[in-house]
Amino acid sequence: MPNKSGQAHFVAELEDTPVAPIDRLDESQKARSTWADAWDSMRRRPMFWISSVLILIIALVALFPGLFTSVSPNLDCQLANSNGGPEAGHPFGFTRQGCDVYARTIFGTRASVTVGLLATGLVTLMGVILGSLAGYYGGWLDAIVSRVGDIFFAIPTILGAIVLMSVLPAATPTSVAFVLSIFAWPQIARIMRGAVLSATNSDYVMASTALGVSKFRILLRHVIPNSIAPVIVIATVSLGTFIVAESTLSFLGIGLPTSVMSWGNDISQAQTSLVTNPQVLLYPAAALSITVLAFLMLGDILRDALDPKARALR
Amino acid sequence: MLWYTGRRVLQMIPVFFGATFLIYFMVFSLPGDPIAALYGDRPPAPGVIEQIRAQYNLDKPLLQQYLIYIGNFFQGDLGTTYSGRPVSDVMAGAFPITFRLAMLALVFEAFAGILVGLVAGLRKGKWFDASALVVSLLLISVPTFVLGFLFRLIFGVQLGWFRTTVSSEAPWGELILPALVLASVSFAYIVRLTRASVADNLNADFVRTATAKGLSRRRVVTVHVLRNSLVPVVTFLGVDLGSLMVGAIITEGIFNINGVGGTVYKAIVLGESTTVVSFIAVMVVIFVLANLLVDLLYAALDPRIRYAK
Repeated sequence: MPNKSGQAHFVAELEDTPVAPIDRLDESQKARSTWADAWDSMRRRPMFWISSVLILIIALVALFPGLFTSVSPNLDCQLANSNGGPEAGHPFGFTRQGCDVYARTIFGTRASVTVGLLATGLVTLMGVILGSLAGYYGGWLDAIVSRVGDIFFAIPTILGAIVLMSVLPAATPTSVAFVLSIFAWPQIARIMRGAVLSATNSDYVMASTALGVSKFRILLRHVIPNSIAPVIVIATVSLGTFIVAESTLSFLGIGLPTSVMSWGNDISQAQTSLVTNPQVLLYPAAALSITVLAFLMLGDILRDALDPKARALR
Repeated sequence: MLWYTGRRVLQMIPVFFGATFLIYFMVFSLPGDPIAALYGDRPPAPGVIEQIRAQYNLDKPLLQQYLIYIGNFFQGDLGTTYSGRPVSDVMAGAFPITFRLAMLALVFEAFAGILVGLVAGLRKGKWFDASALVVSLLLISVPTFVLGFLFRLIFGVQLGWFRTTVSSEAPWGELILPALVLASVSFAYIVRLTRASVADNLNADFVRTATAKGLSRRRVVTVHVLRNSLVPVVTFLGVDLGSLMVGAIITEGIFNINGVGGTVYKAIVLGESTTVVSFIAVMVVIFVLANLLVDLLYAALDPRIRYAK
């Protein structure tokens, strides 16, 4: 049967072929980045907004505690109020020393959040630098970083921190964060190394090499930005776990000194009056848990958004 | 498998020495002299310090000190506590109690965690799944010691179902409540892990094949989905041993259990750093060995691991 163009064989019109949708793609349009895609999927989830608002509030409380209470957490304490219940102006009641629980919870935010942020920053910095150098350059550098990482990985973070904190004198938020990050960096370094290894073998790296871009510049401009996503997910979650770790150390009496107001210290001190006055424990513990929960939720959502496989399944 | 086992055992040796050296170095070579700390603000006669330093080999070079320490370690000599009892003696008395506690916690977290995770994964997006996720997130975000206080207050003091402190023999019945506290965080992680893994495997080709060849839903789920989903859970249990040990320090401290964790807790509170170090060194060794075991188990369960480079 002859067809309209006079060909011997049937050739389908372009509109009827499976390549039609690909052909219709507008090539002049700017390519969408992973981050733009991730943002699109994140902003449609209520959990993302809930955790973001929570984190924003926590950040505000940590930065400007004075905005949220006019009561001083340790100067307005009166023994007459010892273990007193909630009353006007003091919604959470009083501690054993007669201090306002609400004010202490508000002012305790800063130390706990500082430890979490600082430790996460340190761990991410160490992990990204060491992991990417090891994965990218390989050879003896990789061998050294990986073996040293194995050694630190073999010591569970809090166990190592207990040993180090019990011999170090006077702790500050900085030193607690530093001690925690010493034992926690191998996790991030391992993930970064794996991600860098797979990014190094990709076409865009070869293209950059062919264009004559220097090796270090390729690492900075192409490899690291393309392999940082899993690290960001783990870092978000670990911010929460560092806050829990700080409170655990404070509970054991080797974390921040009792003169520093932190949730961990307040919870630890509350155990003496727990049976008669549980609210002293409940409110700082609730504040801590909500903070950790916010970062855990954000980490979950980031993971879903940055992992195209998980997104396709949903 | 033999080749893989040999390689993993060889890899473990430097990790073992590195980790124990690190702990030894942290305690005896960093600022903050443990011997001076014995005496508080009033310094003792200069000869006393020298003598104690010689007694603990602290006058020798660091590497030699460490070699003496590790040599003694292998001979079962873990040093003595400040009250003069050998650490190995204390540990022998404490270990069975902690072993019972950890067994209870492991059984609880493995069974309950896998069951809840499986049901949640099979009903992804339904209310059971949503509530399992919320509960697991809550359990992870509440610190173990807060949970311990709350459980003790609610079930021990107010409802009176359990004793609030555990007697020195620590029979199984009294360990139930501490074991629940100890297992809580790991339970939450196992639920999340099993759920994700089950939901992933439900879409796998081999499950579609199993369904297509006419197997009952029950058989598909138990034989094909569950068995393949348990591989990551098994590896998690190895890593989890680390958090169980930390958790034991806290739960045994709260419930006054005379186990390994309770001893470490008291030693920390009293500032007995030699006891703390010896115990934690043993814990790290157990952790390294358990991870080796889990790696081997993982390789046995998943042939891809064995044959990968």
